[in-house]
Amino acid sequence: MSSATTRPPADALADREALHAVLARSARPPRPSALSASMAFGWRGLLKIKHVPEQLIDVTITPVLFLLMFTYLFGGAVAGSTSEYLDYLLPGVLAQSVLFTCVYSGVVLNTDITKGVVDRFRSLPVWRPAPLAGAVLGDSARYVIAATVVVVLGVIMGYRPDAGVDGVLLAMLLVIVVAFALSWVFTTVGLVMRSPTAVLNTGFMALFPLIFLSNIFVAPTTLPAWLEWFVDVNPISHLVTAVRGLMDGGASAGDVGLVLAEAAVITAIFAPLTVRLYRGKG
Amino acid sequence: MSTTPAIEAEGLVKAFGDVRAVDGVDLEVARGAVYGVLGPNGAGKTTTIRMLTTLLRPDAGTARVLGHDVVADADEVRARVSLTGQLASVDDELTGRENLILLGRLLGFRTREARTRADELLAAFGLADAAGRLVKHFSGGMRRRLDIAASIVVTPELMFLDEPTTGLDPRSRNQVWDIVRALVAEGTTILLCTQYLDEADQLADRIAVIDHGRAIAEGTPAQLKASVGQGALHVRLLDPERRPEAARVLAQSLGDEPHLEADPAALSLRVDDADRASEAIAELSRADLGLASFALDQPSLDEVFLALTGHPAEEAAEEEELAA
Repeated sequence: MSSATTRPPADALADREALHAVLARSARPPRPSALSASMAFGWRGLLKIKHVPEQLIDVTITPVLFLLMFTYLFGGAVAGSTSEYLDYLLPGVLAQSVLFTCVYSGVVLNTDITKGVVDRFRSLPVWRPAPLAGAVLGDSARYVIAATVVVVLGVIMGYRPDAGVDGVLLAMLLVIVVAFALSWVFTTVGLVMRSPTAVLNTGFMALFPLIFLSNIFVAPTTLPAWLEWFVDVNPISHLVTAVRGLMDGGASAGDVGLVLAEAAVITAIFAPLTVRLYRGKG
Repeated sequence: MSTTPAIEAEGLVKAFGDVRAVDGVDLEVARGAVYGVLGPNGAGKTTTIRMLTTLLRPDAGTARVLGHDVVADADEVRARVSLTGQLASVDDELTGRENLILLGRLLGFRTREARTRADELLAAFGLADAAGRLVKHFSGGMRRRLDIAASIVVTPELMFLDEPTTGLDPRSRNQVWDIVRALVAEGTTILLCTQYLDEADQLADRIAVIDHGRAIAEGTPAQLKASVGQGALHVRLLDPERRPEAARVLAQSLGDEPHLEADPAALSLRVDDADRASEAIAELSRADLGLASFALDQPSLDEVFLALTGHPAEEAAEEEELAA
């Protein structure tokens, strides 16, 4: 009477035998170690950069534009000559470039949650923070690429760091350490917000004023007193001062120490918060 | 094989704010079969599955999955079950093959073994040609198959399938059904959530009907259908003006008042017996009432709900929004 029970066999899977074989043959391997689970997630992060290079273009194009525009448009007016301004600006844009990249840690995490991928990871018997630990690898790759783009462009434009290659590498290292700290802020945001776009917008809206009201573009002594005060307490200014010092060869231990201390404080607050929100997600 | 049930849940409760999404669900699922959980959107199916797969902690009640408590022994449960969720949880920005290799590695395979396993699965699921394509370019049916393949990189003892065919075309749906049957034949127990009575009927050995966070009926598909009647006779006339006459003929022949549909030319009537239904059709045509079409269908989920709860299935759907 009912027509629902007849199915044309042509609709069946082509290879039923292979299907049974593949189901029958699957011994469960031993549970992976925390390290190998994290490495698997790291591999995933790198693959995403390979398959979706657009996200990298988004974050590197802005600093490149800033570097070109500020140097050639305002450089002469601000510092007397474009080459002198480039010396002042480049370390700041290096920091800016890498810090903007941090927002993507939150975007990537939020995308995984909204798409349901995290559910699958969480239903696996792996070390629970492995996805977060593994993300470090993909994040590092992004930071190194963003930093390299800025430095290479700077050298092409005529930037010559006084502290040489060592100074530049130390500066990049410091920026990347701070980026790891800051990325915990954005993973927290990524766990709280409803969509990847919201994470991106919130991140950029929070970073833009901090970037502009810092010593990246102009020396704070030229500013009104109240603004100078803000620029002086802004941690991004502290980072830029230390990075400039490292690249010019005039860094003080105090400058670098302050930046590391601030990075430690941010990590101490937001890393546990991220892990806690991640565990409780769902 | 162990004799403990695949799932024993007692009084599971989960509330989101004021909405009690799951409000005291009891389930007992035997090993080695397909157990259907049938209910409309928002009935609490997905929330129940999320508690049973350790993704959500129950507010009250207990659940043992394959003999392990979902809260106290969460890792033991995770090692034995797999979940294919409603949102095909595969990574759009990786290729099909990379998705499976990743899961293989996360389950403890060495990279080379994970690759071999991924290729076997892709071949068996008819995805070998698309293996190197990013998943975001997959069709709905391909995504769903990849999703299921991802759940059986290691064949689980118990697999949760949450609405595996929602949104699929009939051909893809049949493929998913074939995969489910093959899994059961190889000894996996399956808990299948669905809103289609047809699907539960095709696959499940037993069905629980869930509504407003509670199990309101449980039994074999035959028992459930018997509780609501075998099916419904739907009649459509050429001329809507003649519907009252047709209603009289049907009422006389089948001894029950037909339901007048929103369509002014259509009527329907619950019928338990196909022979009596065909007699009624014969009487309609003898009366020369001008039939446009008629059909004898299985009762829909809506009819099951109407019979079991006295309200249509859609009413619960609003709560899905709140709970989501």
